[in-house]
Amino acid sequence: MSTPTQETTTPPPPKAQNSLTQGTLPRWTWAAMLAGSVAVAAALAAALGAAFGAESFLMPLWVVLVPVIYLPAMLILQWVRINKRKAIDGFWKNLVYLAFLIALLPLVSVIWSVVSVGLPGLLAPGFLASDMSGITGRIDQETMETGGDVLGGIRHAIIGSLVITLAATVISVPIGLLTSIYLVEYSRGSWLSRAITFFVDVMTGIPSIVAGLFAAAATAWFISTASSLGLMAARPYTMGLTAAIALSVLMIPVVVRTTEEMLRVVPNELREASYALGVRKWRTILKVVIPTAISGIASGVTLSIARVIGETAPILVTAGFVVNANWNLVSGWMATLPVYIYRQFQNPIAPAATEPSEQRAWAAALVLIIIVMLLNLAARIIAQVFAPKKTGR
Amino acid sequence: MAHANETTSPPSAGPAAPSGPVRKKTLRQSDRRGVFGDKLFSGLAMAAGIAILVLLAFVALFLSSSSGRALYSEDEGLIVGQFLQYAMPLVGGTIIASIIALGLAAPVAIGVALFISHFAPPRASRSIGYVIDLLAAIPSVVYGAWGMSFLAPAMVPVYRWLHENLGWFPLFAGNPSGTGRTILTAGIVLAVMILPIITSVSREIFIQTPKLHEEAALALGATRWEMIKMAVFPFARAGIISGIMLGLGRALGETMAVALVLSGGALTASLISTGNQTIPAEIALNFPEAGPGSERQAQLIAIGLVLFIITLVVNMIARWIVSRNKEFSGAN
Repeated sequence: MSTPTQETTTPPPPKAQNSLTQGTLPRWTWAAMLAGSVAVAAALAAALGAAFGAESFLMPLWVVLVPVIYLPAMLILQWVRINKRKAIDGFWKNLVYLAFLIALLPLVSVIWSVVSVGLPGLLAPGFLASDMSGITGRIDQETMETGGDVLGGIRHAIIGSLVITLAATVISVPIGLLTSIYLVEYSRGSWLSRAITFFVDVMTGIPSIVAGLFAAAATAWFISTASSLGLMAARPYTMGLTAAIALSVLMIPVVVRTTEEMLRVVPNELREASYALGVRKWRTILKVVIPTAISGIASGVTLSIARVIGETAPILVTAGFVVNANWNLVSGWMATLPVYIYRQFQNPIAPAATEPSEQRAWAAALVLIIIVMLLNLAARIIAQVFAPKKTGR
Repeated sequence: MAHANETTSPPSAGPAAPSGPVRKKTLRQSDRRGVFGDKLFSGLAMAAGIAILVLLAFVALFLSSSSGRALYSEDEGLIVGQFLQYAMPLVGGTIIASIIALGLAAPVAIGVALFISHFAPPRASRSIGYVIDLLAAIPSVVYGAWGMSFLAPAMVPVYRWLHENLGWFPLFAGNPSGTGRTILTAGIVLAVMILPIITSVSREIFIQTPKLHEEAALALGATRWEMIKMAVFPFARAGIISGIMLGLGRALGETMAVALVLSGGALTASLISTGNQTIPAEIALNFPEAGPGSERQAQLIAIGLVLFIITLVVNMIARWIVSRNKEFSGAN
């Protein structure tokens, strides 16, 4: 009992001698340094702007200068006060944080610009319920002069997107699902399965415009061959089905990859239990493997739909562009949301008055982003809510 | 009896049969059906797999057969030289745009991947990954619209300044564009678009670095950066390279962003004046106007074939690097 009292009498060692806290800077160093960098950057930006005639982009220059000053300043400070290794470590850490902030910049900018510009157009009366038939350059010009509501809408484009994407899904999902079943359940690592895996991976990188060109060329060839044989009348290849074929080329590899992954995580014990009960392999796959993996498959399919619904280029070269709704997949041109956006920007209805067209385009872009985000969200919810129980008991 | 039925008849035979002989019959019947079902199903699955290979072969086949008229005309014979004269500037423009995009995106993407895997608080890293994936979810036409309406005007004063102060450098020579819709702006937009794929591939591989290697490095007194340099990067090198290659494939084939952002022209070295065009944008801008079956359409399909071959080679190299390193990296 006497030892503690003895210890308390000895004076506590001075803080600087504690080897654990030695060679560290106070916690607030980075904040103070950042504030200093911001101030110095502002002064420097003003000076540079005056010296080199860069007055028109002072703000961006200021933002760029902050890290340019902050990073070396921190490096030097840590190098002098602590040691070289700590300083380099801190320098790279700051660089990595900076990279993340840079990556966030365009995301925030894109979403903010689409929402801020697109919202008024979306709220214009009848935007979702009307199409573009009868909207001429004169009407747009009058709208601009009188300041009335922008007429015209995206009903036909939404219908086109829906029909074409649905058709592409109907083509891709069976092929993709069966292929992944072959890869996981039947192939046993044969050369064919290795070839399929490799080329499916390669297919994910096919440029979307090439898929569109392929669909156009293939359909044109098919129609000309069939009509020369007298099986069907000659007709233009530009139709919704051609676009759906093009989208399938892009969609199939995504479906294969995601479903394959999902089928692979189905525990082998489930399969073996089913075989042990004498169940045939195909029944096992249909009744045990797929139901177990269905949440993952559904979310994968939803993600692939989200990917192809935003595709512009393949539809531009296969389905053309129209101003009124067309439900028919095999005859006539079709418009989809992305192509609608593109056309409104590239070929405004009234070349002299582009604002109404741009407003419609931004509103359509907002609708498209909302659809894609909802699909992504739905995929995550499906994957979590319908996920199989881990133990199965 | 009923109990025996339950244990011996497979579920595929349906409800338990009532008596001995009948049960035998249904079993045999169901067996025949089952064998047929098995054969049909495995055949279907294999056919679907083969259909994908055939589809890819068809893509190459149809593109080459439709592009024949660009290389050969009945009046002049082989016109390969003429086609090359048309295609070469486009290939050059495509490569310039992709190099800009890669140069900007790759360092940032690797930094972001490191941030998610090793720097961010573990609880937040998942949601940060989602945020970066959001970048990939935004349709390309929206990026194009953003680049055209927001980024390009913002770049105009920068280009003018670059021209005035660094005009002696060939990349910044030439008249600065008044609209900002140049190859450099297009490259920046492309960089934003390929950032998520490089990030996600690198992140996957960073996360798979063996924990023991990392902890061993830390236990030897390495700082976090030294640990990353010694344990993470050597392990992840192949993954990073293949991620960059995949990003390159994306950038080469990206259409709408370039078509909307770039006001194209002849091939020039200057990044800040109008000029240059990429293959996908050239196709998208001209294909709808080209008449079906015309020589112009054949020409556009032919440069599409060139693009297809370039991206195919790039992607195959990327996948080959991944698969070669799969066995001993444990990254599968």
